[in-house]
Amino acid sequence: MRRLAILLCLLLMATPGLAVQPDEVLDDPALEARAREISEGLRCLVCRNESIDESNADLARDLRLLVRERVLAGDSNDEVVAYIVDRYGEYVLLKPRTDGANLVLWLAGPLMLIVAGGAGLVFLRRRARAAEPAAATLTDAEQARLREILDD
Amino acid sequence: MITEFGHFALILAFFVALFQAVVPLVGAQRGWPGWMATAAPAAALQFLLTAAAFLALMWAFVSSDFSLRLVVLNSHTAKPLLYKITGVWGNHEGSMLLWVLIVTLFGFFAAWFGGALPPTLRARVLSIQAMIGAAFFGFILFTSNPFLRVPVPPFDGQDLNPLLQDPGLAFHPPFLYLGYVGLSMSYSFAVAALIEGRVDAAWGRWVRPYTLASWMFLTVGIGLGSWWAYYELGWGGFWFWDPVENASFMPWLISAALLHSAVVVEKRETLKSWTILLAIIAFGFSMIGAFITRSGIITSVHAFATDPERGVFLLGILAAFMMLGLTLFAARAGVMQARGVFGLVSRESALIVNNILLAVAAFVVFVGTIWPLIAEMFFDRKLSVGPPFFNLAFTPFMVTLGLILPLGAMLPWKRARVGRVARRLVPALTLALAVGALAFAMQTGRSAVGPVGLFLAAWLVAGSATDLWMRTQSWGQVTERLARLRRLPRADWGKSTAHAGLGVTMAGIAAMTAWQVEDIRVVRPGESYEVAGYTLTLQAVREAEGPNYTATVADLKLARDGRQIATMHPEKRIYPVAGMPTTEAALDNGFLRDVYVALGDPQAGGGWAMRTYYKPLANWIWGGAILMALGGALSLSDRRYRVAAGARRVRAPAVPAE
Repeated sequence: MRRLAILLCLLLMATPGLAVQPDEVLDDPALEARAREISEGLRCLVCRNESIDESNADLARDLRLLVRERVLAGDSNDEVVAYIVDRYGEYVLLKPRTDGANLVLWLAGPLMLIVAGGAGLVFLRRRARAAEPAAATLTDAEQARLREILDD
Repeated sequence: MITEFGHFALILAFFVALFQAVVPLVGAQRGWPGWMATAAPAAALQFLLTAAAFLALMWAFVSSDFSLRLVVLNSHTAKPLLYKITGVWGNHEGSMLLWVLIVTLFGFFAAWFGGALPPTLRARVLSIQAMIGAAFFGFILFTSNPFLRVPVPPFDGQDLNPLLQDPGLAFHPPFLYLGYVGLSMSYSFAVAALIEGRVDAAWGRWVRPYTLASWMFLTVGIGLGSWWAYYELGWGGFWFWDPVENASFMPWLISAALLHSAVVVEKRETLKSWTILLAIIAFGFSMIGAFITRSGIITSVHAFATDPERGVFLLGILAAFMMLGLTLFAARAGVMQARGVFGLVSRESALIVNNILLAVAAFVVFVGTIWPLIAEMFFDRKLSVGPPFFNLAFTPFMVTLGLILPLGAMLPWKRARVGRVARRLVPALTLALAVGALAFAMQTGRSAVGPVGLFLAAWLVAGSATDLWMRTQSWGQVTERLARLRRLPRADWGKSTAHAGLGVTMAGIAAMTAWQVEDIRVVRPGESYEVAGYTLTLQAVREAEGPNYTATVADLKLARDGRQIATMHPEKRIYPVAGMPTTEAALDNGFLRDVYVALGDPQAGGGWAMRTYYKPLANWIWGGAILMALGGALSLSDRRYRVAAGARRVRAPAVPAE
């Protein structure tokens, strides 16, 4: 069924709870806002497609605490992310990097749009220039059907 | 006994499907009317047999027959009756049976209402539909049989997953399947037309109701799923760009493109080969959806190995039908010549832009969904593609679509002048700009999402209204125009309603993304706190007993300016049989906002963790979805489909007009 991700996460978590716990929240609202922003881009490793900000899993909580620890230690957002990626791999990034093969992923949409747009334009120009075809011819049976429908 | 009867009916249905897949097709090829005529009764028989099998399985669930493996794994005597019934499709085997039931239902529909079709086309359509049916009957019987027994029946079952015991999710799969499987009908029509070598305006008209119905059901299904996620998961998210969600979203996008391009085929006999291709691809995406959901391949390459048999079988079905469709397409696409001639600026070209945007958007979602798999297989990189990617890569297409939609919808066919249409839209544009500017002035942050979203929403709603108003095409009295408005074809009303619905949904998404307020804190009974101008007071936290669960319930008072608005009861439930907890958030729904409260854990120092949200325009997201579906329904009830459907009935004797 749908949302197995969430089911999985719920099964894996030790205690039912909410994503960000009150005791995790930093006192400085500016730092907390940064921590939330960073958390939203990091994946909960044991869940399927949830960020650590949304996840209830214990591991996500550990990562949230780690993020806050680094933020308190004075790291910039990028440094915190780099710190986490060093330890857990690029799998934790919900927004894939724009390097190497990933360029295909990032450019797929724009390139496809150009191709489709070009093809569409060629088609449109050809249609605009085409001669109006002779009136569509219907077979006798179709003519009869047409009359039947129109009379209805 | 009933179980054996159901099992037997299912096997019989499989053979009827095999018969129907071959005999009418041969008949159509050879021109044997007798062979072609077997298609309709076979389709009816197939549906009745499958329905019997489905009812037998439902009976097993309702009567808690624990000699059935499936019932043991997914039911419990203490489960409420509603969820005993919906539990039938709350699992792999049962949901596949529902899937195939809908395949045969659509086949039955096409047989019943297909009287106006040319006999060869009708025989071929029903044959192709039966092939799809046979493939899935085979899948069920050989890999996912719901009627398997257990040697020693236990005293009670293991209960349905508690998350599925919810009205939103209970009815989410049937709607989604009606949508997925409805696209099989478009596919059958496309393939039959390719065999026939003929695609004309009439074909466009026959295929459009099925596409429209599929799109409508998908809209409802996706809406229900997202609504469920919103109130059930405890933090009010409504869309996660999860692979399984994307699996339902891609067919939605493609079917939206298809129902627009079928209009061009119907009205202008152009875009034929593209429409055929879209019809084939749309069903392909439906099956990819089934494949993604069932095989678990996207989650991880390794999960695939847990049930390779099913995954490979489904992949085989997908490959076979796509190869059949695309090979035929390659061989026959040249036969379909475009007839209509139109200028660079015309309704036709606007619909082509619509198709490009929707198709490329679906492509982006597709690439994003399968990219982790490709990266792991070919580049040895384990990575994730999550919401940040999709928000960035997908949203621009929808924004562009929203920008051009009101203009495109009003352009006349063949040749148009932008200036003339644009002038009529000046009031709508002015209104939309004013709404956007107002939103910008009133917000505290610097985010562009809110103002742009509200601008687009107002533009779409006002643009749709303008479209409808201009259709009255009379410069006479207002009352006269209002009277004409009532007499406009339902298709016009449907179009404007659906387009306005898109705007309403956009407003909801934008407002919720931009202006949501979140509050997380520890609250002790008796304490009050403020969120976004509302005062919440936690009165008590108590234990409660449900039919098959125990719950911790908090009682909160919601007040504004000292006036009580509502009492709210967020819950945490534990389902002992399944051993699973769920959160039941409490919502105070409003037209302009929701207040959303979720109860967390008891804290060591006393008190409870409490999450509270203020969610502006939340209900607009689903309200817009309802409008879109309603638009589809209105369009579907238009006279021209009824005329086509009822054409074969015996003519009533003419009544003199006195």
